[in-house]
Amino acid sequence: MKFRILTVGLAATAALTLILAGCSPATPAPTSSSNEGVTLKYWASNQGASLQDDANILRPELDKFKKRTGITVELDVVPWSDLTNNTLAAAVSGQGPDVLNIGNTNAVTFQSTGAFYPFDSAALDILGGKDRFIASSFATGGAKGQNPTSIPLYSQVYGLFYNIQMFKDAGLTPPTTWEELVQTAKAFTKPAENKYGIVIPGGTVNASMHFSYILGAQNDGSPFDANGKPTFTSDGMVAGVMRYVNLLSKDHVVNPSAVQYTDYTQPAGDFARGNVAMYMAQTTSRNVLTKNGMDASAYGVVPIPAPTGGKNISSFVGGTNISIFKNSKHISAALEFVKFMTSDEEQEILNRAYTALPVVNGVQATAFADQPAQLATWSQILTKQAIPMALVPGVQAFQANVGGAVVALIAKAATGAAISKDDVRSALQGAQDKMGATG
Amino acid sequence: MAAALVERPARTVAPGGSARNRGKRRVSRWLVWNKWTPYLLILPAVLMELLIHVIPMLVGMWMSFIGLTQFFITNWATAPGVGFGNYRIALNFNNSLGEKLVQSFGATLGFTLLVVGISFIFGISASLMLQHNFRGRGLLRTVFLIPYALPAYAGIITWKFMFQRDNGLINEFLVNTLHITDDAPFWLIGGNAFVAVVIVAIWQQWPFAFLMTMAGMQGIPDDLHEAASIDGANIWQRIRYITLGMMRPINAVLLLLLFLWTFREFNTPFVLFGPVPPDSANLLTVNIYSSSFIQWNFGLGSAMSVLLMLFLVVIAGGWALWNRRVNRNA
Repeated sequence: MKFRILTVGLAATAALTLILAGCSPATPAPTSSSNEGVTLKYWASNQGASLQDDANILRPELDKFKKRTGITVELDVVPWSDLTNNTLAAAVSGQGPDVLNIGNTNAVTFQSTGAFYPFDSAALDILGGKDRFIASSFATGGAKGQNPTSIPLYSQVYGLFYNIQMFKDAGLTPPTTWEELVQTAKAFTKPAENKYGIVIPGGTVNASMHFSYILGAQNDGSPFDANGKPTFTSDGMVAGVMRYVNLLSKDHVVNPSAVQYTDYTQPAGDFARGNVAMYMAQTTSRNVLTKNGMDASAYGVVPIPAPTGGKNISSFVGGTNISIFKNSKHISAALEFVKFMTSDEEQEILNRAYTALPVVNGVQATAFADQPAQLATWSQILTKQAIPMALVPGVQAFQANVGGAVVALIAKAATGAAISKDDVRSALQGAQDKMGATG
Repeated sequence: MAAALVERPARTVAPGGSARNRGKRRVSRWLVWNKWTPYLLILPAVLMELLIHVIPMLVGMWMSFIGLTQFFITNWATAPGVGFGNYRIALNFNNSLGEKLVQSFGATLGFTLLVVGISFIFGISASLMLQHNFRGRGLLRTVFLIPYALPAYAGIITWKFMFQRDNGLINEFLVNTLHITDDAPFWLIGGNAFVAVVIVAIWQQWPFAFLMTMAGMQGIPDDLHEAASIDGANIWQRIRYITLGMMRPINAVLLLLLFLWTFREFNTPFVLFGPVPPDSANLLTVNIYSSSFIQWNFGLGSAMSVLLMLFLVVIAGGWALWNRRVNRNA
């Protein structure tokens, strides 16, 4: 008995050692010309109203891809809250999927890890050349002057959704300046009836960063200077964040409960139920609103207004990109898959299903065929009023730190504290100190 | 035993044999199983211990001396050495990062003292109560252990729902049932968050204190209590001098374990508050996580973690010294 236990123990140790040895990153095998029979692992981001919704949308397309090329795609839909961490873990361990989606705001951070396959001109030629893509979307794929490590897939921008019926009943028109937005929101706010002017995803880190970036830019602020050094406490950034926090702390046009909204579906629910008149959200929110029972004809969309005298900016070029892991043993199959996903046909199908904007020239945004006015607004925002997200390696840390600082400010405002400009500045200073620590 | 029997024939083959045979004999004696079995038996455990505890700890310490940021995570070997640079950043109390660390340290200490103290009192009271046989004792004992048996995440997420401002059970009870306040308070942000995290942590920890003290009390012979009763000691005196006196070594270990576990508690605040905890409940482990790992600066995170470990080592060491003195005096 003694000996048997010993043997089992030793065998287990040996097996574990073998497994661990097997975990070391494998060198990519030379890709064969035929990818038939290859299986790719694909992490898709959560674009639809639920993870299951995504699986339902993607499955038929992946089957189509298999029929055409013989390549099987194993699908995993990863929620946004886990995607960054999972991708990071995959980059650290070298064990990840072959192909994955990333939020395009993080593209440069991921690029700097060196864990992703850079699309050189030969690879881009396989996809049909970079000129196929809408220039502003393609620019989100990586830092300037380097081969991009991600290719745009779905594009979206921010807009201000407003409830047509509520505006009609109140005899109001959608705001064209920030001051009008605040005035209009005040007119709708009746806490006793649980009605508020506007809703914000107060507990959501990445959305808080988005609004800081957009509103800061309207006040001529930028989180990074030309050398990529953080300038979170510049006057423009402080003014932009101040306006965002004021919605809750000074203007009182937001339901304080919204500070606990930690994902984008909760504010969508408030808007769909008619509890709020306005809602700042991205193009793809149409999908979530529909799932919440609000038809696209019930709301209109206008650009998020800038303050009087501010810059005419209402969004950054948001969206989802697709990347290939450098460690993948099936680079050529992965390229074929990226080519498929960015083909005219799939761009039309997928962006229709996800109510997003296609990233290649000449493909119609058929999701909005029934709402020409909304489509015109989205196109106008994307082409005239959207700026690129900061293309610096520290952008992920910017998201975590500034987004986190703004979430904390909003929480303070909700518990009754008055938030002054100095509070905003010192919160942003705290965020910037963290950036300094991380180099 | 079997090994010794196997060995005997070898000795009879070479009675007073040549030098070569003597050498062989020495080798065969060298291989005596009796001598080696204990070490071989312990070998898997030692290897596992190395693999699971020691090596990762050493890797963590090594990481604290390199600038392991997002630029090097695919190839750690290329990360530059920074000496004590990460420690200097972690211990620089002149910027907001350092201020936050100090504030976080204070919050964690307060949190730990409250949770350990209250859990211990709950645990020992429940054990005293369950010493006597009565109907439903087994049921109560099971009920008390439920929080310990539940998966931590499931329990904490349930608490998170209960603490919601608009539709949480706690506010429903306080506002709509008891009418203590009209304005529903936030429990997961602001100052109340500290109360919330303390409550949830006590809920999780006290069954362990209960379990340990109950086991300890069962080891106290009844004769002692009887003898004390005969000598005229009342119930309080018996609890004070016999129960608590006999349990002193167990309580000392229990308090140390509770302190170490609570001080480095991560699950509870992280699941309750996410990566951006309110200042009042900004516990050390979450603070480390959000000011380093979330920025992908693993070197800095490791340095902060090593500092946390050193602090806990000092506590454990101080405890060991104190304990030795107490035992010697006893």
